[in-house]
Amino acid sequence: MYIQAAAGISPQRSFEAILMQPECYTGNRLTCCEPDYAQLIDPRMIRRMSRIIKMGVAAAKECLQKAGWEMPDAIITGTAYGCLADTELFLSKMVENKEELLTPTAFIQSTHNTVGAQIALLLKCHNYNNTFVHRGFSFESALLDAVTLIKEEEISTALVGGVDEITPVSHAILSRFGLYRKDDTGSAALLDVPGKGTMAGEGALFFALSDHPSGNDYAKLDNVYTFYKPADIAEVKDHIVSFLQRNELQAQDIDLVISGENGDVSNDAVYTALKIGVWNTVPAVSFKQLCGEYPTAAGFALWLAVHILHTGKVPGLTPATRPRRVLIYNHYQHIHHSIYLLTAC
Amino acid sequence: MADLKKQIIEQLNLKDVKPEDIGDDQPLFVEGLGLDSIDALELIVLLQQEYKIKLANAEEGQSVFRSVRTMAQYITEHQPKTV
Amino acid sequence: MNFPVFIAGTGVISAIGNNVQQHLHALENGTAGMDNMTYLDSVHKHRLPVAEVKMSNEELAGLAGLPAYISRTALLSSIAAKEALEQSGINDIRQWRTGFISANTVGGMDKTENFFIDFLKDSRKGRLRNVVHHECGAATEITADHLGIKHYVSTISTACSSSANAIFLGARLIKQDILDVVVAGGTDALTKFTLNGFNTLMILDQQYCQPFDENRRGLNLGEGAGYIVMVSEKIALSLKQGPVCTLSGYCNANDAYHQTASSPDGTGSFLAMKGALEKSGLQPGDIDYINLHGTGTQNNDIAEGTAIKLLFKDRYPKMSSTKSFTGHTLGASGGIEAVFSVLSIQHGLVYPNLRFETPMKELPFTPETVFSKGQPINHVLSNSFGFGGNCSSLLFSKT
Repeated sequence: MYIQAAAGISPQRSFEAILMQPECYTGNRLTCCEPDYAQLIDPRMIRRMSRIIKMGVAAAKECLQKAGWEMPDAIITGTAYGCLADTELFLSKMVENKEELLTPTAFIQSTHNTVGAQIALLLKCHNYNNTFVHRGFSFESALLDAVTLIKEEEISTALVGGVDEITPVSHAILSRFGLYRKDDTGSAALLDVPGKGTMAGEGALFFALSDHPSGNDYAKLDNVYTFYKPADIAEVKDHIVSFLQRNELQAQDIDLVISGENGDVSNDAVYTALKIGVWNTVPAVSFKQLCGEYPTAAGFALWLAVHILHTGKVPGLTPATRPRRVLIYNHYQHIHHSIYLLTAC
Repeated sequence: MADLKKQIIEQLNLKDVKPEDIGDDQPLFVEGLGLDSIDALELIVLLQQEYKIKLANAEEGQSVFRSVRTMAQYITEHQPKTV
Repeated sequence: MNFPVFIAGTGVISAIGNNVQQHLHALENGTAGMDNMTYLDSVHKHRLPVAEVKMSNEELAGLAGLPAYISRTALLSSIAAKEALEQSGINDIRQWRTGFISANTVGGMDKTENFFIDFLKDSRKGRLRNVVHHECGAATEITADHLGIKHYVSTISTACSSSANAIFLGARLIKQDILDVVVAGGTDALTKFTLNGFNTLMILDQQYCQPFDENRRGLNLGEGAGYIVMVSEKIALSLKQGPVCTLSGYCNANDAYHQTASSPDGTGSFLAMKGALEKSGLQPGDIDYINLHGTGTQNNDIAEGTAIKLLFKDRYPKMSSTKSFTGHTLGASGGIEAVFSVLSIQHGLVYPNLRFETPMKELPFTPETVFSKGQPINHVLSNSFGFGGNCSSLLFSKT
């Protein structure tokens, strides 16, 4: 399985910009660096689009362009929260107006599959279109769907994306659950100064997945594996060790680990344990200081991984040799765990 | 009619359109301003909100929303009289 | 790897019953589930009939064995999924690689919309336990944990075709030998959010809906959940009661015409039905019954009808929209109608399209109006089409 192209809108401007000087954020959220959408999306379509839809459609378009594709065989998206701004808008109007004088646009656009549907509409693409909304597995479910469709030879190309947004309302509610830092650590020091809570993040990352090499692929996706609610760190270890065995690998065969620390002490204990117990000899980098914590953040990690394999450069690290094999491990709130294995092309 | 044009632009978020760009008799749908069925529903709410006029069903909108002029005419004919 | 997928169990809850038996009874007696709004508290109470599950959250919680404060979406899901699993006769799901793939459109919105009333006044107010299950995936996890399913859990949301897509994925994971057992389908509770949303689209019927009728006025919203248990051949052979049928075909296609409206010629619907037939290797003439998407809106029924006209030419199978019983249950509809499709094959049933009076002038066929049993039903096509042009068809075949 080849990743022919990757593109995204995230709190970082580009992979090159991360190598030079990553964007740093204060407070407790990282916000996407957004392009001028008017240059990217038809104005007739854009007028109804909320921010997340614009982010998703623009990222998808750029990905298709990089891959040189006109029409993918499948469009598959993952989003944990869906189109929050539209949901909140309709909900607020409904409460304020006591269910009277409501307009349809926000309701229509609040549907979880809007991003995938708008991409199909834009391309006039009649092919397979699916949207996964399973919290910290949303992106992985979408990717697994694409991988299995390709293995079944139902399709040979798929556009796969993970999309989630922070809105002032969602941030206020999630803050009340105690998810975010109350101090002024900021993103640059987030992982170096352990504390309670993390920083919120968001992003729209898309990938062009293909069953055949193009000669200029970003990376090869060897495997994706998820596991749900492991009992303890020992079970996490077991899953990872048997994942490596199934792929006929030992930890030292991995050139680089990209892991999902988010700066919250209780969240990060498992990463520390794995660093000591499983990949103690392998160089490791983190990614949530760049994109923040959100349910589809692994999409950003994958975007980072394919750029690392494509360019041979690793942000924040000078590797002895060009990394050929990268492993990503991430978990969302101890519930949703995922492992990705990639190799250079 | 100028006010109505402004209201239409605002309700439908037609960012790049100015009131003077919309001709009084220019068709609002498809080949004209390019509006669709969702816009028709938005305009129904606009009539209700700004002019207290309630359309019975979405189909009625097709003739009412042909152009700004037909819409204005409909509003004049159907606006509840103030005492 | 291409293993057959067998259906070993079904479970359903909707306005016409709390389990499969009650549904069979209501379908046979022509008892529709629409009524005045009783459990949902909306200003449209006296104007818009809905098809509610006739139980309070407390009663549902009792039935499900779950606390009453959790989302109605999750309560409905747990009741139907549990019935499906029990009916399948699989004793210990932990023995197998078991998955739970559920669908819904608004997750815990029934709770969130109440939370919002307090939250809008003061962002420090509103009970957090009413938003903790807001995400679509949360409803799935409540049920998965309740059933003890851990190996694979996922949630799909593609509007009204959501649960057909969940079943589709479940079948594929069995075919790929990734899972042995999959409980798949969907759930949705009625919420003010969806009721008002569909109301702004002006497609809600103020009377009881009349799908595929020339004088149709729109849809009635409903609620419920429906799941089927799919198993690999190995599991099917190990079960005391043989499997009822197979899922022989499936397809998802996109209309790519408009965010909400279907194209006039039903391109997406046509491609989905055609794709499902091709997947199964069957011909249009092999289909004995179509469980229509048949919402009762002007737009859906003409698009779906036109696609059927084009695909089936002169040999039209029996067909009906069971939404005339259950209302449109959105994210649950594909699951509930998959259950009806399986029951149709199992008992040779054809369901009536209630309240049908006048044929649509554009269509050369009409839906069934009477319940019949003991029919030779070998192949059933079930259609589910949703916003965003998302069209899916499932094909069930007798073993």
